[in-house]
Parts: sequence; C-alpha cells; structure tokens
Amino acid sequence: MKAVITVVGQDTVGILARVASVCADHSVNVEEVTQSILGGTFAMIMVVDVSKCTVAFDELQRLLTAAGTEKGVEVKMTRQELYDAMHRI
Amino acid sequence: MLNTTDILETIRMITDENLDVRTVTMGISLLDCVDEDPHKCCEKIYKKITTKAANLVAEAENISNTYGIPIVNKRISVTPIAMILAGCKNPDPVEFALTLDAAAKKVGVNFVGGFSALVQKGFSAGDIALINAIPEALAKTDIVCSSINIGSTKAGINMDAVAMMGKVVRKAAEITADRNCIGPAKLVVFCNAPEDNPFMAGAFHGPGEPDCEIHVGVSGPGAVRAALAKDSEGMSLDQVAELIKRTAFKITRMGQLVGNLMSERLGVPFGIVDLSLAPTPAIGDSVANVLEEMGLESCGCCGTTAALALLNDAVKKGGVMASNAVGGLSGAFIPVSEDAGMIAAAECGSLCIEKLEAMTAVCSVGIDMVVIPGDTPAEVISALIADEAAIGMVNSKTTAVRVIPAIGLEKGQQLDFGGLLGYGPIMDISKFSPAKFIARGGKIPAPMQALKN
Repeated sequence: MKAVITVVGQDTVGILARVASVCADHSVNVEEVTQSILGGTFAMIMVVDVSKCTVAFDELQRLLTAAGTEKGVEVKMTRQELYDAMHRI
Repeated sequence: MLNTTDILETIRMITDENLDVRTVTMGISLLDCVDEDPHKCCEKIYKKITTKAANLVAEAENISNTYGIPIVNKRISVTPIAMILAGCKNPDPVEFALTLDAAAKKVGVNFVGGFSALVQKGFSAGDIALINAIPEALAKTDIVCSSINIGSTKAGINMDAVAMMGKVVRKAAEITADRNCIGPAKLVVFCNAPEDNPFMAGAFHGPGEPDCEIHVGVSGPGAVRAALAKDSEGMSLDQVAELIKRTAFKITRMGQLVGNLMSERLGVPFGIVDLSLAPTPAIGDSVANVLEEMGLESCGCCGTTAALALLNDAVKKGGVMASNAVGGLSGAFIPVSEDAGMIAAAECGSLCIEKLEAMTAVCSVGIDMVVIPGDTPAEVISALIADEAAIGMVNSKTTAVRVIPAIGLEKGQQLDFGGLLGYGPIMDISKFSPAKFIARGGKIPAPMQALKN
C-alpha cells in the first residue's frame, strides 16, 4: 500500500531526516523523495510503502504531524489513490 | 509516477480553496417497513435505519482521514414518508418525523431527508396528511428535512398542492419564529424532483431506487474560482469553459473515489455522484464569486445568467467523464444565505429575486435559501412556487423553491441560521397580489414537451 507524505513550510535544517526517521522507526520504506522551493515555501513529497508499517495508519499520521509541528512545518500523509484519481485518466 | 505539481495542487485545493466532498448520503428504502399499526411501522423504520446506517459515519470519517479528503456531511435519505403513511391505519405523520430524527441522531448523521410526498399529478392516501403535518414536524425535529414534488414535465403542475404549500411554508416559519424561522429552511418544493438527490433539504429515496445505496455530492466552487483567478486572465470565454471543465473533472474524480470506497466498505451498491458546485458561507467558496471572476462586477448584474449558463454546462461536461454514474441535481447551486458572494450581492442591491428566477432557468435548483419579508402572504409564496415550477416543467429540468418568511422582520434586517445554512438579508418580493390566480386551483396541464414518445 502506497502513501504520499507532503511537507510544506519554512525550510529548516533536518526536516527530511526527522520525517525519514519516523518512517524508518516503523518499517515504512521511502521509495521516492522530491523537494523544491516554491515561492519561498519549502515543499517536500515522499512516496512511501506502508504495507509493512508496524503501527496503524492513523497512528503514523499522528506521529508525522507531531514531527512536523516540532520542526514548524505542516506534514500530511494520505493514501496515494486520491492523487491518481484526480490527475490520471 | 506522481507529479509534484499535481500533488501540491490537490493539497492546495483542499487546504486553501475549501475543496471537499459535501455529502455522503445513504439512500434507504422503507417500503418493507409498512405496517397497518403506525407505531409498529415506526419501530421498523427506526430499526432499519439504525441497522443499515450503523457504520456510515465511522467509515466516512475513516476514509476522510486516510485519504485526506474532507467529508463535510453524512446524511440519509429515505422513501417518501407519504408512501409509508398510505399503508397505516390513522397514522400521525409527526410520529414518523420524530422517528426519523431519533434514528438519524442515533447513527450520528447530520441530516435525514424524506419527509416527502410526490403529488405532481394529484394526492393519494397519506399525501395530504403529510403536507399538513410539515410545519409541526419541522418544528419538533432538528435534522429532518422535507420536500414536496408539486409538478413535472410529464404531469404538469398540481396547483392545489401549490396553494397548500404557500400556506405550509408560512406556517412552518410562524411556529419556528423564535428560532430564526428555521422550519422552512428544511423544506423544499420541487418540480421534476430527482429521486437520487444526495443534497438537502430535497433528498429522498425514490421508489425506483434499490433497497440501499450510497450517493456522493461533491462541492468545489472555491477550487473553480481559484483556478479562474490564477489562470483565466486574457482568456476568451470558450477557454474559460475549458478551464472550468478541467477543474470540475478533478473535483468529481475525488467524489467518485469516495463513493467507490464507501460502497465497498459498507457493502451497498454505489448510486450516483451529484456533480454540483455547492457553495458554503466560507469566504471564497462561492458560486457568485466564480461568476464575478469571469468578469462581472457583482453577481446579479446583466450577464449573470449567461455566465451561469456557461459555468453550469462546463461543470457537467467536466464531471460527466470523471464519474461512471451521474445523477441527482448536478449543476451549480445558487442558494443565497449559503454563499458569501450571493449574500453580498443581495445586500448591495445587485441581486434581486427576479434575477435569481432568471438564473434558475439555466442552472440546477432554484430560488434557494432566500429570506423574504415576514408579512409576505401565502398566495405570493404559492405564486413564486408556481413560477419556478413552470420554468422547470417547460425546460424539462429540476427547479425548486426554499424561501424563508422572516416573521416579524422587515427589509434591511437579516436571519442567521448558522452552520452550512448561513445567514440571509431579507429580499424584496413583489407586493402585487396573485391571490385570485392561486385560488382557482386545479392543474396547469403538462406542456407539449411531455409528449416525447
């Protein structure tokens, strides 16, 4: 099962490391990372495989959001199907 | 492979532009609950609703969290209660309304629709009792919605029912005057009512529908407006239409995804996606603002009907390819109190009821959530209903009237309903009397358009 983690906010040191460590701690494999600065805002997108995740989906969402709050950025995780539905024919 | 821009666009649409699934509505047939004993019948209704919809809210919330899609309302629509009353001995329709209210609250939904009757061609058993009970039923319940279909292209307009509904709307307002006249905000009078509509207050589960199904109503005027604000500068109107189509496609795909997931998880068939642009009182989430973004100074000025026709058509064309079953109302909604741009247009005097009436000829629904002066006579309300029904009947489309007489208030004041229902300034309505016309009763015969076979 694939999910997409998005991180949006002010760029600071260690955002990627912090989010990636939450993933690693719970057996979530990071498959793809892209990051860019859009209009002064830092935006990072990670495609992850959550099929072997050791905690429930909503718990992982909570942990990621908390990690984001710690770093002052907004972190969201959703299932990938939403983006496929909206942007693929 | 996923594209960064696409992902960020989706996130922006949801977080900044109020994109959401407005409602997941479960349609439940109550035909198998009919019992000669009305109390037993109510027990069966309570049991069926609380069984079928037991997991509706939990599953919707789970999908909302997992997929990051806000699902604003969870609702239930049921078989028109007048059809159920017909099978009972001396039923009290209000008892049925209270049963719906209790069952809906038990499962935690926001609204239940179906305190309804279909009387376009005449009254059958149960219809008149239900219509007469509407004011009391709406006053004694919190989340029950009522709708009456008084006309259709095939049947013409039942003017006896139209005359009754003017009085019912007034009475519903009078007996809820101490609660911002909330009664008639939960009552819609339809012509050509769709039987699979997920939107309130007009949702009911038509007799041709299956035992239980899931409908989805999408929203998204904010996303369309933002797309126009960002990219439409210098575009011709056909290019504007293309841009709206593309946005509507994305919005509808989200609705279809939610519908498929709900259907799968609840084990009930998927019904339809209603491709409507449903506004909310939130700033920017406004159909009026979409029209203004096209180049109108204020919604209601000359050009509004044309702009709305373009919008309505583009929304349908974009949405229809995104869904495998389209139904319900499907078009742009133009409620006044639920749309910040419409409220502003009504307040500044650029939008009047007559212009709204013209707009209803080219979009879905009709004179919706309009607050009228408290001293408006019942026959004027009936005549407004007749005008709207005539537009629907002749154009083979759905039209509706949901007006709220602001009892004790006058022009310049406003009614505040709160939540999604918003607030509305009192709008002027013609003071000249149609009383004799309405008193004639009878029927307006079906137009030539009815003879299609």
